[in-house]
Amino acid sequence: MTNVLINAPKTAKPGEIVEIKALILHPMETGFRPGTNGKIIPRNIIEHFVATWNGAEIFRMEMSPAIATNPFVSFFAVATESGTIGLRWTGDEGFLVEERVAIAVG
Amino acid sequence: MKIAQVAFGLASVFAATFALAQGAADKRRSGYQDMGEALQKMQGDDTANPGMLFVQLGEQLWSKPAGAANKACADCHASGSMKSVAARYPAIPKDADKPIDLEGRINLCRTANQRAEPLAPESRELLSLAAYVAFQSRGQPIAPPSDPRLGPFREQGGEIYRRRQGQLNLSCAICHDDNAGKKLAGVTIPEAHPTGYPIYRLEWQALGSLRRRLRNCLVGIRAEAYAYDAPEYVALEIYLMDRAKGMPLDAPGVRP
Repeated sequence: MTNVLINAPKTAKPGEIVEIKALILHPMETGFRPGTNGKIIPRNIIEHFVATWNGAEIFRMEMSPAIATNPFVSFFAVATESGTIGLRWTGDEGFLVEERVAIAVG
Repeated sequence: MKIAQVAFGLASVFAATFALAQGAADKRRSGYQDMGEALQKMQGDDTANPGMLFVQLGEQLWSKPAGAANKACADCHASGSMKSVAARYPAIPKDADKPIDLEGRINLCRTANQRAEPLAPESRELLSLAAYVAFQSRGQPIAPPSDPRLGPFREQGGEIYRRRQGQLNLSCAICHDDNAGKKLAGVTIPEAHPTGYPIYRLEWQALGSLRRRLRNCLVGIRAEAYAYDAPEYVALEIYLMDRAKGMPLDAPGVRP
């Protein structure tokens, strides 16, 4: 079950710097920890996080095993035009979550 | 930035409602008040508080049918109808003969009404449902029921609270009554008021129940933790809720 919380402004003035925050439910299993049976639990992390504004990439992040469970990402963007902010997480075991939020600039 | 201001505003409103709900004369401090500003902001912002992920999950589970009865929680209790419920548990509901806590109530509903298997302790489903129910009591003062049958259990809980145990020979009271507010290994010792459960504890990187927290403390004083289904936990919870009577709930809490 995918589970995401996004905090982005619904409106912005042209040229305004807006903060976009996103929290996602994910175990971020490092691949270094042994389980109760002594065997290593396979790595299961989010590898990439990409944000787009009307399809154009505005932020990209590569995640590592050192990042904690349920990663919280915050970044800034300059509001230029109304449209959609797209957020996409991809990772191990075919993990793929895509979310969209609308923003009105004007 | 704007959002930061909003977040700070939220945190201030949060703190203000706390002071207001609790009354100025009350000297008790919740774990929320004892933690740092950064963590308070994290808890106060519903899109930064990881506990809210589980509230969201719990809301989804609320309307998902389960068990032989094929009934969802929402078929009997409309979504959002659980206000103040978390503030009065543990209690003895009419379909039970001994006190049960919120997680126990959820499992009783599952076995008796949904005719489903009880959820495992500390399972994601159980914690999510508990978080969803507790979230609806946010800001409500803790109000233990005045059921006289709870008296002996409360006394038992208080007795456990004051009893020295474990290799370190400590009682709950030695830390949380006598030395609360002082430091233990650089961390402020809280007064142990269960206002935010289930909590998202950063050390756990997971949501956990009050029972897990109690087990954690027992291990910390090098005592043998009671079995997961032991009645001692419920007794302690009854005592702690009574001790925190009137303090506002802030579930799902974030704690270090």
